[in-house]
Amino acid sequence: MNTQGNTYTFLYAAIMVVVVAALLSFAAMSLKPMQDKNVEVEKKQNILSTVNIGLDAGDQDNKMKYIEDLYAKYIVDSYIVNTKGEKVEGDAFTVDMSKELAKPNDERKLPVFVSEKDGNKNVILPLRGKGLWGPVWGYIALEADYSTIVGASFDHKSETPGLGAEINTTAFESQFVGKKIFDEQNKFVSVSIIKGGAPKGDIHGVDAISGGTITSNGVDAMIQECLGNYVTYFKQHQK
Amino acid sequence: MSDREPLFSPKNRRLITNPLGQDNPITVQVLGICSALAVTVKLKPSVVMALSVVAVMAIANVVISLMRKGIPNRIRIIVQLVVIAALVILVDQVLKAFVYDVSKQLSVFVGLIITNCIIMGRLEAFALANKPWPSLLDGLGNAAGYGMILIIVGFVRELFGAGTLWGYEIIPQSWFVSNGGFYVNNGMMILPPMALITVGIIIWIQRSRNKDLVDIS
Repeated sequence: MNTQGNTYTFLYAAIMVVVVAALLSFAAMSLKPMQDKNVEVEKKQNILSTVNIGLDAGDQDNKMKYIEDLYAKYIVDSYIVNTKGEKVEGDAFTVDMSKELAKPNDERKLPVFVSEKDGNKNVILPLRGKGLWGPVWGYIALEADYSTIVGASFDHKSETPGLGAEINTTAFESQFVGKKIFDEQNKFVSVSIIKGGAPKGDIHGVDAISGGTITSNGVDAMIQECLGNYVTYFKQHQK
Repeated sequence: MSDREPLFSPKNRRLITNPLGQDNPITVQVLGICSALAVTVKLKPSVVMALSVVAVMAIANVVISLMRKGIPNRIRIIVQLVVIAALVILVDQVLKAFVYDVSKQLSVFVGLIITNCIIMGRLEAFALANKPWPSLLDGLGNAAGYGMILIIVGFVRELFGAGTLWGYEIIPQSWFVSNGGFYVNNGMMILPPMALITVGIIIWIQRSRNKDLVDIS
């Protein structure tokens, strides 16, 4: 058979493309439910980790079930507010922050998760922003004064391993514990990520990641913008 | 059966051992440098990347070798790319479904295996002209030669850049200046140029031990 002719070449290319396309779509579709489940459990784990729950999930035999059980036990309420602090209809867990942030300010739906452990209530708020290579996101949990940070967890799609990707390490996240997002005049100041290191005793600043400046700036802008949306809501509840 | 070449004849064995030493894809052919710079900040991603490349390269070599008689010459590069890309996407999907944590760490670099010149180079230079079994050995050998350098560089960079290996602390906390000690991590190590320098040092050591590799022209 002449394997160099035009007809053969076209047929070969056409059949190859169809076969490969069928194979890949089959693989993608059959693996999709497992991938979605991984993403959902990870989201729950991230929410829980801001209030120091489920940190030992890695040691469990059935990590997925463990996280689901903890989530059902400790996350006692979740609802959506808008930038005026009013409650809005909807399921907080399925809100896609990247779509909400693209909307004009007063149309945004802002999820709030409420956790309760040993009688302490905390609110947990989602964050979403841009890193160097792709989106970064995270959660921040606040004390009942709506200013002091209980815990933060960050994650990213494709930041550089060892550099920007370090935002999801405990070393970086634990710096946020105890920082305040309102200053003494009760003005919203957010928490800044400072290149070269925050001065000792700064309650509104943490150290940036060496070699990860653009990612650090992205996280800084993300906290500023996302928590900024909630300011009215915070003020209504602060007493 | 008597005239058949044994599976591990000296010639076939050389297909595996040559790329580890005197024909190493990174240090001698200087291919695949780009990914060697990108993923070697830590040891763990280096190892997973090495394993992924071994899988993709071995399978791609065998597939292309099986198809070699039917591939139209004029579109052979496209066919090779399609095979590699399909395999890489499969690897990525499987990692996402079964080892989600690792797949998140490697992030974009799994996709970048597609552009790894070693894989295309071996398909073009070897698999198109050889039977499946030697092609498999050639793929394994070259991927191992690549992975070996990746792991060495990852080891050096993580140890001196972060003071850890595989995430475990190697250099005691009390040595660090911040805790009153004398030691500071080398910040250069976590930046890409240091991978180039490390690879350069490996090349230097290898060539000073094996004079055949020195280009005297």
